[in-house]
Amino acid sequence: MDRESDTALWNSLRRHTQARIGLGRAGSALPTRHRLELQAAHAAARDAVHSPFDPDVVASALTGVPTIRVRSAAPDRLTYLQRPDLGRRLHDVDRAHLPRDGWDVVFVVADGLSSRAVHEHAAAVVRATTQRLPSDWHVAPVVLAEQARVALGDDIAHALGAGMAVVLIGERPGMSAADSLGAYLTYGPRPGRTTDADRNCLSNIRPPLGLSHTAAATKLATLMRRARDLGRTGVSLKDESTPTLPQP
Amino acid sequence: MSTYSATLGGRTHSFAGLARLLAAASPERSGDRLAGLAADSAQARVAARWALAEVPLARFLAEPVIPYESDDVTRLIMDSHDAAAFAPVCGLTVGELREWLLSEAADAPTLAALAPGLTPEMVAAVSKLMGNADLVAVARKVRVVTAFRSTIGLPGRLATRLQPNHPTDDPAGVAAALLDGLLLGSGDAVIGINPATDSPEAVRDLLDLLEGVIDRYSIPTQSCVLCHVTTSIDLMERGAPVDLVFQSIAGTQAANASFGVTLGLLDEAYEAARSLDRGTVGSNALYFETGQGSALSADAHHGVDQQTVEARAYAVARRYDPLLVNTVVGFIGPEYLYDGRQILRAALEDHFCGKLLGLPMGLDICYTNHADADDDDIATMLTMLGVAGASFVICTPGGDDIMLNYQSASYHDALYLREVLGLRPAPEFETWLERIGLLDDGGGIRDVAGTGHPLTAIGRGLAA
Repeated sequence: MDRESDTALWNSLRRHTQARIGLGRAGSALPTRHRLELQAAHAAARDAVHSPFDPDVVASALTGVPTIRVRSAAPDRLTYLQRPDLGRRLHDVDRAHLPRDGWDVVFVVADGLSSRAVHEHAAAVVRATTQRLPSDWHVAPVVLAEQARVALGDDIAHALGAGMAVVLIGERPGMSAADSLGAYLTYGPRPGRTTDADRNCLSNIRPPLGLSHTAAATKLATLMRRARDLGRTGVSLKDESTPTLPQP
Repeated sequence: MSTYSATLGGRTHSFAGLARLLAAASPERSGDRLAGLAADSAQARVAARWALAEVPLARFLAEPVIPYESDDVTRLIMDSHDAAAFAPVCGLTVGELREWLLSEAADAPTLAALAPGLTPEMVAAVSKLMGNADLVAVARKVRVVTAFRSTIGLPGRLATRLQPNHPTDDPAGVAAALLDGLLLGSGDAVIGINPATDSPEAVRDLLDLLEGVIDRYSIPTQSCVLCHVTTSIDLMERGAPVDLVFQSIAGTQAANASFGVTLGLLDEAYEAARSLDRGTVGSNALYFETGQGSALSADAHHGVDQQTVEARAYAVARRYDPLLVNTVVGFIGPEYLYDGRQILRAALEDHFCGKLLGLPMGLDICYTNHADADDDDIATMLTMLGVAGASFVICTPGGDDIMLNYQSASYHDALYLREVLGLRPAPEFETWLERIGLLDDGGGIRDVAGTGHPLTAIGRGLAA
């Protein structure tokens, strides 16, 4: 057995995939190093799920942009994970703090399943997207939402009287990606009536391995303008731009 | 609708209808709580089990949990019920069925003959009276053997699905992961890819890639690119090399509609797949995935608990003589199965119910990172399901699927299970492993260096 050229083979194959290939064996099991690497990746993903959302991190990265903080009806993480229905509903106290106006759009920064993704990427995406919108758009204060599911954006937009919601939310962390941000665009959101088929989604916003902040913002702003022209989002609003995912 | 009741702790607990009774008798799980169907106290749960134990099996034929008129899965269950096969147990209650299943009288041939006489609701009901060990003991006795180019489900065998997924379907990345899995002795159940898109062209490219490797090395296995059934039908009409037709299915008409399928569509796929006749040792050509929570997630559960709805999906599956059925047990997340304990219980229930209904049951033993579970839970589940006689398990490189972002069993886990339980691969595949120099003297998989082995041309060819 030639272990050296074996290592060279797997190293050359690993250029094509992040999959954990060519790990070798200790008996039938994984070598110690790979077992611990898997546990480290799992720990990072678990910590991403359970790390508390700190709205201050996002608010300070958004200096100069007005923000409002809200909670969902899920009181804590344990409840949040088991009761998606509560994560989709605004806390009654917070509903009253949302100023109604003829907003064209509201950006909702929602912790979802990875506050790390939100801390690292959300403010930059909000800034870059806003810059790409026509200057006459009436943009609501950015809502920073805790224990939030995607559909909480419907409730928030409805309470504000906003015509469109962009929810930037921490995606379910995988072991190879614990900091991935998703963006959900919904035109005319109606709590309880809007379905997932009514939304457009951009996922894997996670530079440098995933979508960059500027690429995400460009796509989002384009989709938002077309949504306003068409008066809808969802399956009938296709993303017709070229793919911007980095090729492996 | 009848009312079922039992007195426990000085209080009489009543349950309006079989669906409520079944739900209340289920072990604690987050999905039933989310649906508002769970027992409202620990005592109410046990009371429901007392009441359920007294229910005659024949009652399930008289009181469908979802009305016959409004659901085609109910119609399928009722219309295909085999009264002759049911005869040996037709006088039993649910509690008596549990004891009979555990007895020596219920041996492998008897259980095989009984399968068409059982309904999903009957097996779901009896599972709720069983402990985890009961679920293992009975499932272990049931044998369901299917075949295409390899034979799945024989005693003393465990097959694996090799799952070389890639987030952009990059052929070189898929090939690299395919080589890794084959060198670890995996792939006798199926080499199956979850594609990143459902585009027919992308699916076809992957099918061609897999067929090329299977042909070049004469591997006695089958490929599958897990796309929507309509995509497969389209590709078959255009001459693509489709071995197994895949579809996710669920236990109600409305939940299947949310997957974009109907029984009529599945009938069409079944005919198309069989007419291709690409199997060599058998003609089971369908592959189904199921999993608790999908009906609730689609708001299509009709007030039926998630485990009973899951068992109803198996009635859909068995209509089509599939080669493989697997429950993706912890995939959706903790709102349906909260932690390792709930996932383990669900895995044992699904495997037990599927096998009793006559299906070749395998599992994707898995969890997401927002569930309270880890690799020790995988090891526990794998060991119990190996003892229970699962037909196959799904394996990913290092247990980490980089496309679906969840953790499953690894190829190493499958080696472990074969080693500790003395299980061997499917016979045709085992012969191939021997021929290609991967079988060691003890029947295990040889630890070979990649370089120099003929299979490494797979990686070099595509990754050059």
